[in-house]
Amino acid sequence: MPMRVIVVQFSGSTCDRDLVYAMKDVMGWEVDLVWYKDAQKHLESYDAIFLPGGFTYGDHLRAGIIAAYTPVMDKVKELAKEGFPVFGICNGFQILVESGLLPGALIGNDTLRFSCKWTNLRVETTRSAATNIAKKGDIWKVPIAHGEGRYFLDEKGLKELNENDQVVWRYVSDDGKITAEGNPNGSIESIAGICNLEGNVVGLMPHPERAAESILSPWGSDHGKLYFQSLENYFRRG
Amino acid sequence: MTQETVLRDEINLTKEEKEVVFKTLNREPTIPEAAMLEVMNSEHCSYKSSRPVLPKLPTEGPRVICGPGEDAGVVDIGDGLALVFKLESHNHPSALDPFNGAATGIGGIIRDILCMGARPIGLLDSFRLGDLSNPHTKWLLKWVTKGVGDYGNCVGISNAGGDIEFDPSFQINCLINVGCFGVMRKDDLALSRATTPGDKLILLGGSTGRDGIGGASFASKNITEDSESDRGAVQIGDPYMKKLIIEATLEAIKAGVVEGLKDLGAAGVTCSISETADAGGTGTEIQLEKIRIREDDMEPWEILVSESQERMFFVVKPDNVKKISKIFDKYELPYEILGEVTDTGKCVVKYRDQTIVDLPAHLLTKPPAADRKATYPKYLNKLNQKWLPKEPKDNELNDICRKIMASDNMISREWVYRQYDTEVGLHSVVKSGQADAGVFRLSEFGTKKGIAVTFDGNSNQCYLDPYNGGAGIMMEACSNVAAVGAEPIAMTDCLNFGNPEHPQVFWTFEKVVEGLADAAKALGVPCVGGNVSFYNHDEVRDVAVKPSPVIFVAGLLDDVEKAVNNSFKSPEEFIILIGDTNTEIGGSEYTKVIHSSDDGQVPKVDFANAKNVLKKVVKAVNEGLVTSSHDISKGGLFVALTEMAMAGNLGFKVGLKRIPADTQRRDIKLFSETHGRFLMTAKQEDMDKLISIFAEDEIPASYIGSVTKEKKLIIENDENQVIVELSLEDIKHVWDTRMEEEMEGKK
Repeated sequence: MPMRVIVVQFSGSTCDRDLVYAMKDVMGWEVDLVWYKDAQKHLESYDAIFLPGGFTYGDHLRAGIIAAYTPVMDKVKELAKEGFPVFGICNGFQILVESGLLPGALIGNDTLRFSCKWTNLRVETTRSAATNIAKKGDIWKVPIAHGEGRYFLDEKGLKELNENDQVVWRYVSDDGKITAEGNPNGSIESIAGICNLEGNVVGLMPHPERAAESILSPWGSDHGKLYFQSLENYFRRG
Repeated sequence: MTQETVLRDEINLTKEEKEVVFKTLNREPTIPEAAMLEVMNSEHCSYKSSRPVLPKLPTEGPRVICGPGEDAGVVDIGDGLALVFKLESHNHPSALDPFNGAATGIGGIIRDILCMGARPIGLLDSFRLGDLSNPHTKWLLKWVTKGVGDYGNCVGISNAGGDIEFDPSFQINCLINVGCFGVMRKDDLALSRATTPGDKLILLGGSTGRDGIGGASFASKNITEDSESDRGAVQIGDPYMKKLIIEATLEAIKAGVVEGLKDLGAAGVTCSISETADAGGTGTEIQLEKIRIREDDMEPWEILVSESQERMFFVVKPDNVKKISKIFDKYELPYEILGEVTDTGKCVVKYRDQTIVDLPAHLLTKPPAADRKATYPKYLNKLNQKWLPKEPKDNELNDICRKIMASDNMISREWVYRQYDTEVGLHSVVKSGQADAGVFRLSEFGTKKGIAVTFDGNSNQCYLDPYNGGAGIMMEACSNVAAVGAEPIAMTDCLNFGNPEHPQVFWTFEKVVEGLADAAKALGVPCVGGNVSFYNHDEVRDVAVKPSPVIFVAGLLDDVEKAVNNSFKSPEEFIILIGDTNTEIGGSEYTKVIHSSDDGQVPKVDFANAKNVLKKVVKAVNEGLVTSSHDISKGGLFVALTEMAMAGNLGFKVGLKRIPADTQRRDIKLFSETHGRFLMTAKQEDMDKLISIFAEDEIPASYIGSVTKEKKLIIENDENQVIVELSLEDIKHVWDTRMEEEMEGKK
C-alpha cells in the first residue's frame, strides 16, 4: 500500500503543488491537496498531514500566525497531540511554531533580506520521522527560500531541546562544521529544523521537496528524497 | 445626455486626435468620456508614436499562435502546449517609488500572462541604473530588488534571470523592465474579447481607488489641485490577493466558464470594456456604481481610468455566472457583475440612472497615430568609428583584466538574485548565475521539453550605433538561449527611449527597430509582442536615457536534460572557441572601463551566417559533445573564460595565437565583443566530432587551450609567453563581493 497523505492548502500557500509533485510523482504516494476549509473533516483518514510552504495570508502580522488560527489547525493540534504525524516545511514550520506545536519562534533573517540559496543540512538525530533512514552527521544539500527563517528560542528552552534530542537538522559549512558562513539566516545554534518531544511533529525551514530530484540540484544530488523515504520507513515499521 | 461636457480647448488631445473625436461624436464629450479618450490616446495605451515603425518587425512564423496586439505573445511548443511570454516597463513609477513601482510591474506582467489562460511560472527583470557607487543608485537598487522579490516570492513564481546595466544616463530616469512567462494547454487559450451579446461582464478582485490616476488635464474642473497633489500616482500591489486571483482564474478557465478575459492594467476599466468590445465586434454596457470603490467621493471619470492593481475582467455566459461565483467564493475574492455585452458597437456607462458615457468602442481602441520626425543625431557626428586605443604593454594586462572584472557591469549580481525565489515551482534546471539563459523543465505539463529564457540589452552600443546595437542585442539574446542548447523560437521587446517628439531621439528609435528587425529576420525569430516606453528624459539635466531596448527571447529544448550551464567541469578538458574575432570594441566594456571612450566600431552581426552558427551550437550541445557552453558578450573572451572558471572553481590556460582574428592585437583578442562567438569545453575523445559539426559549414571552431586544476587564469601570447596570470581566488573575491559591499558596507 502506498503512503496516503494530505497537503493542506491554505490561502496563500505557494509550495503546495511542489510538495504534491515530490510526493506523488517522485515518491509514488497517494496525495490529496485539500483547501483548508474542506480539510478538517478528513484529516484522520490519512497517514500524515503536511503543511506546505508559502506566504499564507501574505505573511501579514507575522509569518504563519493567521493560518495558525484557522479552524483546520484546531483539528491538526488535536491530532498531533494524539501522536498523529504532522510535517511543516518553511511556512508550514512557521505555522507549527505559531500554533504552539513546536517550541521557539522564526524571526526575520539576520541579513534583513529574503534569501534563496542551497544550504548544507547536517542530520542531528535519526529519531524523527523525517530522518530515520539517515545517519547522524549526514549532510544534505537542500535550498532555503525565506525572509523569516531565523530560529530563536530562549536559553532554557534550548537546553531542553538539546537534551531531549529535538534538534533534527543544523545548517553547516560544506565540510560539515557549524560556522557563521554556513548559517544562512542567523538561526540560534544554526538550527534548521526540529521535532516535538514525541518526534511525530517535524518542522524544517529548507525545502526537501525542491531537492528530491537530481535535475533540480546544482550538485546533481537528491538528498531531499531522504526526508520522504524516512517517512515511508517510519510508516512501514509502524 | 445632460452631463457636464468638456470643450474642445479643454481636452488634452492633439489637434488630429480632437478632429477624430469631434467628427465621430458630433458633440462635446462628457467629462468621463474625455477622461477615457485622453487616457486611451496617451502614448502608453495608444502606441501612437511607435505604431508606424513597429511593423518593420517580423511577426509571423509557424509557431506563432498570438502575435502583437494581445496581452502577451503565444507560441506553439508542441505536445499540445503553448508558451506565453511578455516583457514590460515600469520605469516612471519605479523612479518615484522603487519598491511599489517594481512590485506592481511584476504584478502587471503576471496578469498579462494569466489573462491568456496560462499559469505564470517564471519571472525576469532588467534594471538600468546610474553608477553603482552613487547613493541614489543604491537606494533605487535596494528597493527595486525588494519590490521584484517581495511580489514574486509571495505569489510563488520563481525568478529565471535578468540583467542589470549601470550607466550615468540612467541616474534619474532608471529603467525597470520585467518579464513573465507561462505555459498552458493550447485549448485553454483565453482571448480578450466579448463576442456574444447578453454575456455578463464581471470584475474580480480588489477595490478601485485613486491610485494610478494621472495626467487628466481637466481634473481641476472637479477636483482641486490640492487633493490631487497629496496622493501618488503609483499603484500599490497586493501579491497575496494576486496569488488568489491566479488560482481562481485558472480554476475558472479549467471549468470552461470563461468566454473572454482581460487584465486591468493601464487605463483600467476603460481599457477592458473597450478592447473586449472592439476585438469581439460587439459593445459593452456597465453600471458604474456596481464597482466597489475605496473612497466615497470618487468621481465617475476617476473610477473609469483608475489603475488599481489586482483586478481581472471576465466575460461569462449568463448560465455560468453561478459556477464562476462559486469559484471566486472559494478563494474569498470579491467580484461584481458590472453589466453585459451588447450588439451596439458602443461602450455605454450608466451611473445613477444616467448615461454618462456613450462612445463607439473603436474611438477608444484605435486612436490616430502620430507623425514623428526623425533626424540624424548630432552626437553621432563626433564619434570616430575607426579609433583604436594605444595597445597596452604586456605588463599592464593583469591590471586591465582585474579592473574589468571589478567594474559595475561585470561584477556578480548575486546580491540581487539571492533575494528572489529561484526554486519555487520545481521548474528551474539552470538557475540565475549558472548560464547565459535560465532553463525551466515542463514535467508538470507532461513533457520532456524545456524552455530557455533570457533578457538582453546593451544601451551603450545602442547609443553609439543604434542600428548595429539593435541587431546586436537580438543576436546576443538568441546566442544566450543557444548556448544552453535551446533553439530560439520567439522574442518580445521593450523599447525604452527618451522623448519621441525630439527628432534625434526618434531617429535612434527607428534605427534600433530596424536593427532588431533585420536580425530577427536573419535569425528566423518572430516578434510576438512588445512594449514601448517613451519620455524617459531627465528634465533636470535635460538628457534622454541612452536608447535602451531590452528583449526577451525564448528558446525550446526537445530534452531538458541535455541543457548545459557555463561552468568548467573538470581539468584537462579542452576549450574551444567558436567564431572569428573582429576589431569591434566600440561600446565595449574594455573601451568604456579602461579607456573611458565612446569611439570605436560597434560589433556588427554577420546576418548571412548568424542563424547557422546558432543551429550548430544547439546541435553540439544536444549531441552531448560539450560539458559547458558560454556565449561571449560583454567584456569579451577574457570575461567569458573567467566566468566559466569561477563557476567551475577551476583555472584555464589559453593561447592567443590560436584565436582566429582580423588583428594580432592582444587587447582586441581578449576584449572585443564580436557577436556569434561561443566558448565550449569538451572531453578529448569528443573533440573531432565537435569540431566537425562546425567544419561542415566552415564555421571556425578553434582549440585555444585547456581547463586546469591549478586555480589560475593564464593567457599566453603568440610566443607562448605568459602575459596574463591571475589567481582565480583573487578575481573571484572581487567579482563576488563588490556589489554586496557597495550595498551592505564592507564586512
